[in-house]
Amino acid sequence: MSDFFSAGWSIYIAVVTVASLIGCLALLVIASRSKQSGGDGTSGHVWDVDLRELNNPMPRWWMILFVVTVIFGFGYLALYPGLGSARGAFGWSSAQAWQQEQAEANAALATVYAKYAGMPFEQLARDRGAMAIGERIFVNNCAACHGSDARGAKGFPNLADDDWLHGGSPAKIVETITGGRQGMMPPMAAAVGGPGEVSDVAEYVLSLSGSPHDAEAAKRGSAKFVVCAGCHGIDGKGNQAVGAPNLTDRTWLHGYGKDAILAMVNGGKTNVMPAQEHRLTREQIHVVGAWVWSLSHPAGMATAAAAGAR
Amino acid sequence: MSGQGSPMQATAPRPVIPIVPVEAAGASMYRAEKKIHPRTVKGRFTNWRWAFVVLTQALFYGLAWFDWNGRQALLFDLEARRFYVFGLVLYPQDFIYLAALLIVSAYALFLFTAVAGRLWCGFACPQTVYTEIFVWVERLFEGDRTARLRLDAAPWSADKLWRKSGKQAAWVAIGLWTGFTFVGYFTPIRTLAAAVPGLGFGPWEWFWILFYGFATYGNAGWMREQVCKYMCPYARFQSAMFDRDTMIVSYDAARGEPRGSRPRSVAHDALKALDKGECIDCTLCVQVCPTGIDIRQGLQYECIGCAACVDACDGVMDKMSYPRGLIRFVTQNGLAGGWSRADMWRRLARPRVLVYSGVLVAIVVALALSLALRHPFRVDVIRDRGALARQVEDGRIENVYRLQVMNASEETQRFHVTVAGLEGAVVASAPDVEVDPAGARWLAVRVQVPWPTAQAAGPGAHPIRFVIGRVGVAGEALSEKSTFVVPR
Repeated sequence: MSDFFSAGWSIYIAVVTVASLIGCLALLVIASRSKQSGGDGTSGHVWDVDLRELNNPMPRWWMILFVVTVIFGFGYLALYPGLGSARGAFGWSSAQAWQQEQAEANAALATVYAKYAGMPFEQLARDRGAMAIGERIFVNNCAACHGSDARGAKGFPNLADDDWLHGGSPAKIVETITGGRQGMMPPMAAAVGGPGEVSDVAEYVLSLSGSPHDAEAAKRGSAKFVVCAGCHGIDGKGNQAVGAPNLTDRTWLHGYGKDAILAMVNGGKTNVMPAQEHRLTREQIHVVGAWVWSLSHPAGMATAAAAGAR
Repeated sequence: MSGQGSPMQATAPRPVIPIVPVEAAGASMYRAEKKIHPRTVKGRFTNWRWAFVVLTQALFYGLAWFDWNGRQALLFDLEARRFYVFGLVLYPQDFIYLAALLIVSAYALFLFTAVAGRLWCGFACPQTVYTEIFVWVERLFEGDRTARLRLDAAPWSADKLWRKSGKQAAWVAIGLWTGFTFVGYFTPIRTLAAAVPGLGFGPWEWFWILFYGFATYGNAGWMREQVCKYMCPYARFQSAMFDRDTMIVSYDAARGEPRGSRPRSVAHDALKALDKGECIDCTLCVQVCPTGIDIRQGLQYECIGCAACVDACDGVMDKMSYPRGLIRFVTQNGLAGGWSRADMWRRLARPRVLVYSGVLVAIVVALALSLALRHPFRVDVIRDRGALARQVEDGRIENVYRLQVMNASEETQRFHVTVAGLEGAVVASAPDVEVDPAGARWLAVRVQVPWPTAQAAGPGAHPIRFVIGRVGVAGEALSEKSTFVVPR
C-alpha cells in the first residue's frame, strides 16, 4: 500500500471489507429468522398484477457454508495482509515468500555448481550435465547479442571460431564475461592523411588477408599502415592485450569490404561487452565460460552437442 | 416446443396436477434437508444402472493398473508435460484433442438428453454411481430403508454405534481408494502403491488423495441429491435440450387416477366400474426415489431420470396383474396422444436430434482422422531472437533458427533437416539430429544463402520452408514455414 500518499485509501478499503463481511453475516441472520410472509406458500410479493413467487427455501447447509466462509474471511484478514495496509499476524508478504523460494532454489543449485566449480574447462566440456546448464545460461543471458548458436552477427563476435579479440584461454574467457570488455578503435583518418591515403591503407588491409585488392594502392598504403601498427602490429596480426583484431584472417566483425574498412578508419568505433558479474554468480560464469570454450575445442564439441538434448 | 401434437389434439381429458408448495405457510427461508433413505429396488433399469456402476468403476479403478509398452497405459505426466494414452504420446501442443474430446462429450450429452432425458444423470454420472455404491454400503451395515429409518430414530446403543462407525469406515476407505486411484493417473500408480506402506507420498500427492477422497466421501455419503439439486450446472441446463418428443420418466395420470387402495381381488377390467385408476397409491415410487420426489406430480427439476420408480411400479403392476408401464419412459406428445412406441420412434428424426447427431458424427470423424494422420514427431521453428542475419565467408548470408524437434514416439528417432524456398539455400550446421524417446530437443540451425541469390532477392524477409523428415523413412516429412532475412 506504499503506492498511496496517505493512509486514507488503506482505511477506506479496510472499512469497506469489514463492513461487507459484517453485512453478509447480518443478512444471513436476518434472513434465517424471517418467515415467509404470504401464508400461502408464496413469498407474498406480487408483480404485474398476478405474478407471485413460490417460497423455494435454500438448504440450511448452504447458509452454514456461507457463515463458515465469512468466519474464514475474518481469520484470513487477521493472519494475512488484506485489510488495507495491515500486515497481518503472520507478517507474510509475497516479496518475502519469493525471496525465500529463491534462496531455497539457490541452495539446491549451489550443490550442483559446487561440483563444477573445481573442474577445469577441459573436464567440464566433457560433462553432459554441465554443458546442458552452460548452454541454458548462454541462451538466457548471452544469445541476445551473440546469437543462440554463439556465432554472433555484425558487431557481435563469433565465439565458436577460436578467433579471439581478447584471448581465448579459460582465464581470459572468465575475465571477459566477468568484467566485460570495451573495444575502441579511434578515428584515424587525420593521422593517416587525406582521403587518398586512407583509401590506400584500406587496400593494404584487404591485401593482408589475401582479399581482392588493388596491389598498387596497397603498396602505397603499406607505408601509411605504420600509424595502425601501434595497436594492430606491424604484421597486422593484432594484439589481444588491447583487443586489437587480427586483420590478416578472414573474420570481419564490423563488415567485409573496402567500404566497411573506410568507415572504420574514418569514424572509429567503440564496441562494448557489458560486465556480467552482477547478473551471474562466479560459478555460473565458470560453467557458461566452459561451454563457450567448448565450441571452439572440438573434443568438447561432440559432448556439447549431445548435451543439447533434454 | 414442437407445434405438432399440441395438447389440443389430446383425446382424453388430462387431469391437472396441482402445484403443491414445498413448504407450509410460515416456513423459514432456509430448510434443514431431511436425509433421503431410498428403498432398494429390483428391475431392468436397476440392472442397467448397476451394469454402468460396474463398467465405469472397473474402468476407473482398473485402467490405472493396465500397462502398455512397458509403462502405464493411461498416464498424464504433468511434470514432464507428456500425456500417454495407450500407444499415443501427446504433448501440451496436442491440447486440441482434449478440446475435441470435450466437444464430443458435450454433444453426446446434448444428443442423449434430447432423445431420452437425463440418461447421463441417472446412469453414468459419477455422482449417481458413487451414491449408488455408498447407499449399497449403507444397506450392508444398516439394512434397507425401513431399518435405516428405525436406526436413525433409535437412541444410541452399542449396536447403532458399530453399524454407524462400520459404515463410516467403509465410506472413508472407498473415498481414499478413489483419491489414490485418481492420483494414480498423474503419478505412476505402481510407484504410488509402493509408497502406501510407509505413507511416503509427496505433499501434492497427499493433498490430492485427501482432497478427492474427501470429495468422494462427502458428495456420495452426505451430499447425494443435494449436489444434483443445488450444485450441478448440467442438471439445470439439460432441460433446455428437452422438447415434447423427449423420452422422460412419466406417470400416466390418465391411466392411474383416481388413485387409491383396493383389494387385490378386484380384476383389472372392473376398475372402471369402481371409479378407480390403476395407481394403488402404495407410494413405493416415492420410497425408491433417490431425490425424494413424487413422480406422480409430473416432471420436476429434481428428477435425474434414474427410472427407479419405473422398476418399483412395474413390480407392483405385476403383483396386481395390471399391465406394466403406469410409470414409464414416454414422450410428452406420446403420453398426451396415446402414441405407440413406433410413433414415438418416428419423432426421433426431428431437427434437434439430427443436428446434434450430425455435429457429433462430424467431430468424431474429424478427431479419428486427425489422430490417424498424426505425425510421430513435431517441429517448431523459431528465428533466433538475437542475430537477425550475418555475412560469412564468400559473402554468403547466414540466418540462425532454433528448431524444437519433439519426438512423439517411444523410440529414439533421427531426423534430417533440409531447407527450401531460396535458390541455393543450405543447412550449414549438422543437418541430422537424434531425439530421445518422448523427448524434445532444441537445435540451433544455420541456413546459408549464396551472395547472388541474396542480391537477387533484395533486402528484407523472404519466405522459406524447413522440411524435416525421419532418417530412413520416406513420405512423411513435415514442412514448417519461416523467413530468411537479407540485411541491407
